[in-house]
Amino acid sequence: MSAPVRFVDGSAPVDLVLANDAAVASIAADLGGVASIGLVFPKWTDGRAYSQARLLRTRHRFAGEIRATGDVIADMMPMLVRCGFDAVQLRADQSQAVAERALAFFPQGHYQGDVHEPLPRFARRTEVGA
Amino acid sequence: MYRYDTFDRDFVHARARQFRDQLERHLAGELSADDFGHMRRQNGWYVQRHAPMARVAIPYGTLASEQLRTLARIARDFDRGYGHFTTRTNLQFNWIPLERAADVMDALAEVGMHGIQTCGNCIRNITADAFAGVAPDEVADPRPFCEIMRQWSSLHPEFAALPRKFKIAVNGALEDRAATGWYDVGLQLVRNDAGELGFEVRVGGGMGRTPMIGPVIREFLPWQQLLAYLEAVLRVYNEYGRRDNIWKARIKIIVKAFGAEFTRNVEDEFAAILRDDGDGLAPLITEEELARVSAHFGTPPGVREEPEPALDAQIDTAPAYRRWLERNVHAHRLSGRRAVTLSLKRAGQAPGDATDAQMDAAADLADRFSAGELRVTHQQNLVLPWVRAAELHALWLQARAVGFATPNIGLLTDMICCPGGDVCSLANARSIPVSAHIAERFADLDELHDIGDIAVNISGCINSCGHHHSGHIGVLGVDKDGKEWYQVSLGGADGSTLGGPAVPGRIIGPSFAADEVPDVVEALIDAYRAERSAPSERFIETVRRVGVEPFKAAADGVRRTTALHA
Repeated sequence: MSAPVRFVDGSAPVDLVLANDAAVASIAADLGGVASIGLVFPKWTDGRAYSQARLLRTRHRFAGEIRATGDVIADMMPMLVRCGFDAVQLRADQSQAVAERALAFFPQGHYQGDVHEPLPRFARRTEVGA
Repeated sequence: MYRYDTFDRDFVHARARQFRDQLERHLAGELSADDFGHMRRQNGWYVQRHAPMARVAIPYGTLASEQLRTLARIARDFDRGYGHFTTRTNLQFNWIPLERAADVMDALAEVGMHGIQTCGNCIRNITADAFAGVAPDEVADPRPFCEIMRQWSSLHPEFAALPRKFKIAVNGALEDRAATGWYDVGLQLVRNDAGELGFEVRVGGGMGRTPMIGPVIREFLPWQQLLAYLEAVLRVYNEYGRRDNIWKARIKIIVKAFGAEFTRNVEDEFAAILRDDGDGLAPLITEEELARVSAHFGTPPGVREEPEPALDAQIDTAPAYRRWLERNVHAHRLSGRRAVTLSLKRAGQAPGDATDAQMDAAADLADRFSAGELRVTHQQNLVLPWVRAAELHALWLQARAVGFATPNIGLLTDMICCPGGDVCSLANARSIPVSAHIAERFADLDELHDIGDIAVNISGCINSCGHHHSGHIGVLGVDKDGKEWYQVSLGGADGSTLGGPAVPGRIIGPSFAADEVPDVVEALIDAYRAERSAPSERFIETVRRVGVEPFKAAADGVRRTTALHA
């Protein structure tokens, strides 16, 4: 959960913007040389880009920047980071301080695995023998 | 029962802190009502007619006595002294001011409870057979899998903003007591020819405007792969589910529209998860994890098999006791034990409602007779799962004294009913007064027992919280010109043996006026008694055999207000 995340204002463009109704598989072959991908939240309650980010990271091993754009609010931070976003362009009315604080509510971690902690909790526990 | 460990406890407390922060920002004007609305819903807070409704999760319907006492205390200290058990085995409070919402979440967290994902467009509370782990007809106990899925689905980051709500039901018995055909995902535990345990997977059932029974898309899924398969289903839904029209946003719409292609998409995604998402990302359930969770669901300490008590030790000649034994007492996998339903369907109280004193009384009965454990049924009653057969009479006396012993389980007055227009802002019409008027009409126990098994389900709107689609008689409140009207349907089934395969009921003509509904139900019952081939033929069987026409004619015969429209 402590993966670094960068707050951006949108002045720096991304190499590629993937529409949120586009299949990640359709660009998988063309990711070589792409340093940054922008994913879009038309509304913050439209979670398609979460799946896109997760697929880019875990299935296609994309290591460049994945930026959350559109209607992005501070309270999305835990989901964004856990799905593999590492750059966030907050909606204009959102506070970066609140967004940073939003990442701190679950210090003990989560049940299911995510992009940064690939193992679900039960597998982690088995590993450390606890 | 599952007992929280340190991680589980920290997790619900963390969620309560996060919610308090969001609530305070909202109350301070820093978080808009619209944005906050999505957050509070995923914590179980729904704004309705008079105050927010708080929906507390009761995972797979299992409840410890200390948890029920906390619910009673919340009803007493924060609400108006009662709560409502729902068809999805949650408990709803109706009168808690939003300002006190965070305090309620803290109180719940103290006993390992929460409202996580009980509302909103996310994976909702998972339901199961209320007799899981005690039923004699069980293939395997579904509760360990329910708990594993509860943990997996809690704050799953990828599925936090789905097109619409997503509900999973699990059944482990031969008899489907979880209405699995009616769920977004319905899981039935099965064994394959090799004797291995797995799931038959249905996807795309649901009620609402477009009632559908979920087709089986996987005959046998090894239990180890359950979470990976669900992840595939959810990912396909997240990508393809419709977001342009709330009435077409449930997964059933794309299951129907895509047909076999939907199944192919899920299977392709599932294969890709297993093949490509390496590094331990594929969330296979391990033998160790299943064993760890299953250990929580063993027979409780102090509960053991014992000889069946001699019959004469049980005999009480009161007909009420014999009827109670017949209707409210259920077979058990352990010799000398029974499961007992505490009826929440009694005169003068809305179906599923319980006062704080009644919740405390039920908790006391659970401690005294059932190893401190209760279940909530999707028919909105409570079950004591571990009762000694030798103590049935003692339990009956005490249950009767606190109003839980109405011997009507599975009978006409055991109606399923949503809160309706009295409190719910979604409702088109009131449902509680309708159920009350029907119950008054059928107050005679002899008559009720003569009518026999029947499911009367009442919803105050098309969201179908009262499961009217699966009622043998379904009643749906509709709004026309600002007035309350009621559509009546016939022949629905939830998938249990009694009603046959799950199927939506058929509407029997134009809507009825509120004051006609009890007459309609009575006319339908009279028609049944005239048409049935023998007293043993149940209502639903008669409907299936003779068709709806005689019933429709009987119902039309009692129209008054609507006589001109019919």
